[in-house]
Amino acid sequence: MERLELKEVQKLEGHTDRVWSLDWNPATGHAGIPLVFASCSGDKTVRIWEQNLSTNLFSCKATLEETHTRTVRSCAWSPSGKLLATASFDATTAIWENVGGEFECVSTLEGHENEVKSVSWNASGTLLATCSRDKSVWIWEVQPGNEFECVSVLQGHTQDVKMVRWHPTEDILFSCSYDNNIKVWADEGDSDDWQCVQTLGEPNNGHTSTVWALSFNASGDKMVTCSDDLTLKVWETEHVGMQSGGGFAPWRHVCTLTGYHDRTIFSVHWSRGGIFASGAADDAIRLFVENNESQVDGPLYKLLLKKEKAHDMDINYVQWSHGEKPLLASASDDGTIKVWDLVS
Amino acid sequence: MVSGLINENPVIYERKQRQQRSTQSLPADEYTVEPIDQQEIFDILFFFFLNSIFLDIKDPEHPYSLEELKVITEEAVEVDDQKSYVRVTFTPTVEHCSMATIIGLCLRVKLLRSLPPRYKVDIRVAPGSHATEAAVNKQLNDKERVAAALENPNLVDMVDECLAPSFD
Repeated sequence: MERLELKEVQKLEGHTDRVWSLDWNPATGHAGIPLVFASCSGDKTVRIWEQNLSTNLFSCKATLEETHTRTVRSCAWSPSGKLLATASFDATTAIWENVGGEFECVSTLEGHENEVKSVSWNASGTLLATCSRDKSVWIWEVQPGNEFECVSVLQGHTQDVKMVRWHPTEDILFSCSYDNNIKVWADEGDSDDWQCVQTLGEPNNGHTSTVWALSFNASGDKMVTCSDDLTLKVWETEHVGMQSGGGFAPWRHVCTLTGYHDRTIFSVHWSRGGIFASGAADDAIRLFVENNESQVDGPLYKLLLKKEKAHDMDINYVQWSHGEKPLLASASDDGTIKVWDLVS
Repeated sequence: MVSGLINENPVIYERKQRQQRSTQSLPADEYTVEPIDQQEIFDILFFFFLNSIFLDIKDPEHPYSLEELKVITEEAVEVDDQKSYVRVTFTPTVEHCSMATIIGLCLRVKLLRSLPPRYKVDIRVAPGSHATEAAVNKQLNDKERVAAALENPNLVDMVDECLAPSFD
């Protein structure tokens, strides 16, 4: 069996406080366009990093500052890669547009009562979701001229909502929370009538503490979640999206990966190639893959490798880049971002 | 702010006699790393006063240290320098002490400011000492909530006030 290694390609310094999150621009890294990602931090700024095509090294191309007045908790590129949404503890979400290499704040979404923790675009780039410590999830419709209209305020979580993620192909929204639950939201009618269609919690083999993050596999029929309960859980559905006869195909628990991390798992991300990475407060990155060894009752997923001391402090976020040969980026409390290559 | 004293007659314990530190274990040269031990962590938290926690900041009703109130004791500090790990277990003076979260936040901030960044710190209330023990522990160890709290100027003022050394 080939021996895989997570090789550190580069350590990026620039943020002056913990780095909370990052997002690879989906429109980059192919057709000769250099890879780009955005990162956001407790230093209230967002940084844009671009790869040099000849050296393969990343450098900071822009710093987006003086807009958010508190920590920038999360950032997300629109599917076209033209707009960047940034969610902040200052209770706002800012929308930035790349105008000839300069980033301009073209819209500010206000409405949440306090810290906005996560932001996500749907697959077509027509809807945006945000969530907050105010326990609500908001859905915004993208209108012409960089206008955003709130079409639904979803109440259901009983504590702050840590992350929102749209399904990779369907307009179905997933949220996870300090209340230990994952909720699935869908528009079952046709008039912005968004409803909670499923709650994955302790009675469904769910998590027993804060759920920090979730991620989908490439086909969108599986989801992995990570938690303060030190476990990762894999979920699946029979049908992606709404069934032809109407009605929602529920998600069910497949397996729980336990005993790997010994502190809170803050982040998990599934690559197109089927490897999911986790980042945790134990400073380590772990990679997992489906276990193809056909042993009866064997584990469904196995640890591919563990990178100890990947950072000097907690790892808050991990994400694979798009494309054939993805790179992994990790963001940490140590104020740095690292770019990793999976090599054999 | 809370009006009226939450615990009007707290039990006051004598301060424990400090152990003299052995001078024989002085490092041979300046490059020797001296491990952080239980007493050192306790000392960091020792100058940590209740005067602003229990009420009116201008008129402190409990001019006692957390140690004198047995809110924290040396035994309740577990430290593993090799693993860069500290756990502090504190005991709120009354079961419904609404200030448990603030005390815990102060302990966390004090350690954040005093320890090397590689340290992992867990703060918890002593088992059975607080009515909403699990909820308090969960909040104190959610770093996103702690980060957000520490961007709140009023809360930071309160924490700084608590952490100010006393001059008795």
